Amino acid sequence: MTHISATVDGVHRQGEVEPRTLLVHWLRESLGQVGTTVGCDTSNCGACTVLVDGRSVKSCSVLAVQIDGKSVTTIQGLAEGEDWHPVQRAFKECHGLQCGYCTPGMVMASVDLLSENPNPTEAEIREGLEGNLCRCTGYHNIVKAVQTAAAEMGATT
Amino acid sequence: MTATAETTGAIGRPIRRKEDERLLHGRTNWTDNIQLPGTIHMATLRSPMAHAKITNIDISAALASEGVLHVYIGADFPDLPGTTCVWPVTDDIVMSHMPAICTDEVRYVGDVVAIVLATDQNLAVDALQLIDIDYEPLGAVVDMEEALKPGSPLVHESAGTNLCYTAKMPCGDYEAAKAKADVVVSRRFINQRLIPNTMEPRSVVAAPMGMSDEITIWTSTQIPHVLRVLLALLTGIPENHIRVVAPDVGGGFGAKLQINREEVLALVLAKKLGRPVKWTESRSEHFVSTHHGRDQIQDIEIAATKDGTVLGMKVDLLADMGAYLQIITPGTPLLGMFMYSGIYKMEALDFTCTGVYTTKTPTDAYRGAGRPESTYAIERIMDELAAELGMEPMELRKKNWIKHEEFPYTQIAGLTYDTGNYEAATERAMEMFGYEALRVEQEARRAAGDPVQLGIGISTFTEMCGLAPSRTLGALKYVAGGWEHCTVRALPTGKIELITGTSPHGQGHETAWSQIASDIIGVPVEDIEVVHGDTGRSPYGMDTYGSRSLAVGGQAIKLAGERLVEKARIIAAHQLEVSPDDIEFAAGTYSVKGDPEKSTTIQAVAFEAFTAHNLPDGVEPTLSGEATVDPLDFSYPHGTHLAAMEVDTETGKVTLRKYVCVDDCGVQINPMIVEGQVHGGLAQGIAQAMYEGAVYDAEGNLLTASLAEYLLPSAADLPSFDTDRTVTPSTTHPLGTKGIGEAGAIASTPAIINGVIDAIRHLGVNNIDMPASPMTVWRAIQAAKSGGN
Repeated sequence: MTHISATVDGVHRQGEVEPRTLLVHWLRESLGQVGTTVGCDTSNCGACTVLVDGRSVKSCSVLAVQIDGKSVTTIQGLAEGEDWHPVQRAFKECHGLQCGYCTPGMVMASVDLLSENPNPTEAEIREGLEGNLCRCTGYHNIVKAVQTAAAEMGATT
Repeated sequence: MTATAETTGAIGRPIRRKEDERLLHGRTNWTDNIQLPGTIHMATLRSPMAHAKITNIDISAALASEGVLHVYIGADFPDLPGTTCVWPVTDDIVMSHMPAICTDEVRYVGDVVAIVLATDQNLAVDALQLIDIDYEPLGAVVDMEEALKPGSPLVHESAGTNLCYTAKMPCGDYEAAKAKADVVVSRRFINQRLIPNTMEPRSVVAAPMGMSDEITIWTSTQIPHVLRVLLALLTGIPENHIRVVAPDVGGGFGAKLQINREEVLALVLAKKLGRPVKWTESRSEHFVSTHHGRDQIQDIEIAATKDGTVLGMKVDLLADMGAYLQIITPGTPLLGMFMYSGIYKMEALDFTCTGVYTTKTPTDAYRGAGRPESTYAIERIMDELAAELGMEPMELRKKNWIKHEEFPYTQIAGLTYDTGNYEAATERAMEMFGYEALRVEQEARRAAGDPVQLGIGISTFTEMCGLAPSRTLGALKYVAGGWEHCTVRALPTGKIELITGTSPHGQGHETAWSQIASDIIGVPVEDIEVVHGDTGRSPYGMDTYGSRSLAVGGQAIKLAGERLVEKARIIAAHQLEVSPDDIEFAAGTYSVKGDPEKSTTIQAVAFEAFTAHNLPDGVEPTLSGEATVDPLDFSYPHGTHLAAMEVDTETGKVTLRKYVCVDDCGVQINPMIVEGQVHGGLAQGIAQAMYEGAVYDAEGNLLTASLAEYLLPSAADLPSFDTDRTVTPSTTHPLGTKGIGEAGAIASTPAIINGVIDAIRHLGVNNIDMPASPMTVWRAIQAAKSGGN
């Protein structure tokens, strides 16, 4: 077992983990942060996407030991208090989710996409979210949501 | 004609969904999130062989492994079934028995041969690798036509055949129709096997809850109510000791319309061990263990006169059952049986379906279930007929479809389509598409010999959904009914509980049902709480599949709401000291006719009904309305879908350039949700045409066994869609609505393939097997060039 400590959604967390423990399993099973979902076992679906030090990663492709000393933001820590992040708001406004299982990862990937490229074209959004699979929406409204969030975030900065 | 109709109430408004707050903040209650104290974790060992005899099992090393509590094999539960089939479609069907754990023989890669129960999921999975099993191969049966030949290995030896059933439905006299025909066109279409891939894998937790003999089973299912009945029948545990809860469910598409061996085992083991038992499938397990969809070989023949009048159609299907019959495996292809004539008039339809056992994962319902297959067949063959006749394909359709003034229309298979307006939907779609301009561009590219050719794909479809009138289902040998239940309960504080028997998994029932009830009982949408998916809180229901929730459940909501309003009217009249006949009800307020100042509200009446201090004689306390509705008929949404397809004739690469669809689902409760359902359906139907397909090798190994090999489209693989609706209200539904959950998946597949073929027909191509991958398309072009196809 290896000792790790990290900031998870703004809270200092530490624990003993097996070397093989994936970040997503540490989040879900040890910390009870079950807002992040697991959709596959081949790192294809992106449902488990979180931010590590502000950049998106698939938390199934990172070992828990690798985030020692780092800061993790999940869907549960994206909004502050009662507030909604503009991306969350845009997903609701644009009906960018149906069953919602891919949504935690899709939102976090979108947040990262917009931090890299605040004003993406439709093609850039589609390429940027290529690693996140959704089976319900056909992506049409997800793309609209990211465009809407980009407009709102651009307007407020 | 446009998406958003004029409305003063909640119905018809694109209200943002109530569900979204929890889903967008990671506060969702997925089954796998449930962590009960003392939980035992179950892991399943699956057969690596498609068909083999189990000759020896050694579990000793696994039993000694860290954290392992129990290891069970088939001999521990010799009589426990793992699933059941509720639709024995013919009198002489060969049924099958899928054991909860295989005892002596495995019949597909993924069949369960042992389970490990451990204190931790990882330790359970670790121990699986320590189980030693010897197999003696019995021979895989992968191809349906090979399976039917004498001498083929038998999936079920005792049956003596791999033929599961033959269902026939001769309508009219096809041979007589054919004798009159100038043109007969036949094609073989392969409707390939698909793997549903809900984003949430299946998951189940079963736990004795201590207060009684009741065991609660949380499971990622579309059918908590049906499942409860079936679990009781299969396990012998009394039905009233089983509570099934479908918490938030991450997609279904038919894949979770099932009773699965993992659910049976979790329930039985929770009872046996007295502790919570939990199992969650990995995505790799999903690929082999959750039922697959489609998988038909369709031999289609159409007969017509030279002026383009369709006379009749002959349909001969081979339908792959896989290794065992699950809940509606044999019935799934027959859900399309009535729909092979589509929207067209004809005098004969000769239908035969042969169900075949193979050593593959069982098939069952997948978005559309039978109707995507029938729609593909009719819409593809109409294009082939048009080509044979030298007619413009849309003109051929117009010549044969049911005119809007001909409704209600009883079609050749005996269904009566209540309403439709194919002309209006088509006109709107062609206008949005720029149909004529694209035909001009197509001609120009053809004339110029452009390496990238353009094709226009058409699909003018209807479907039958909203399962279904109970008597009809009974006549088809389906063992359950098709009704739906709703209770609308006014609480003392004026808040409303709407208890529905439908069970959503992404469709937004919490929002849409609130909109319906809001208009009927006159309380704000936000004051209505929709309760669903829990046999403990919603005791009656037939659940969600076949685009039935609004088509059937919506009727129950309306009637239950009206019954509440009528009971409240009697109490209101008593309070206002007038006769109930002198009371008007509007927007939640009861007022005296001619004296509107004298009024009370439904919320005030709810409180009076609670205190019961001053109720009229004979009126019982509490205020609710309850209804169980059996629908009069199926629901028949329709629409026109158009796809502009570009095909690179040098590489075979296919690009979807533009997709337009105009659907008619009657009155829309929430047009935003309707549009979302259409988008999602399109993506799945387009994916069948362009990307997805299960591939097995000759030994019965699934080669497309993960998301790395099976191409689920990403955002980068699809365009945005141009969608609209026409509104032709249903006359068999009191709200005028029709189903919409499957329409996109049903209509889009043939539109894409028709478009691909239209782009390269001049090269001699008249068929493409799905998915239309670059390799498939390039080979078809090469074959046509060298004289074959």
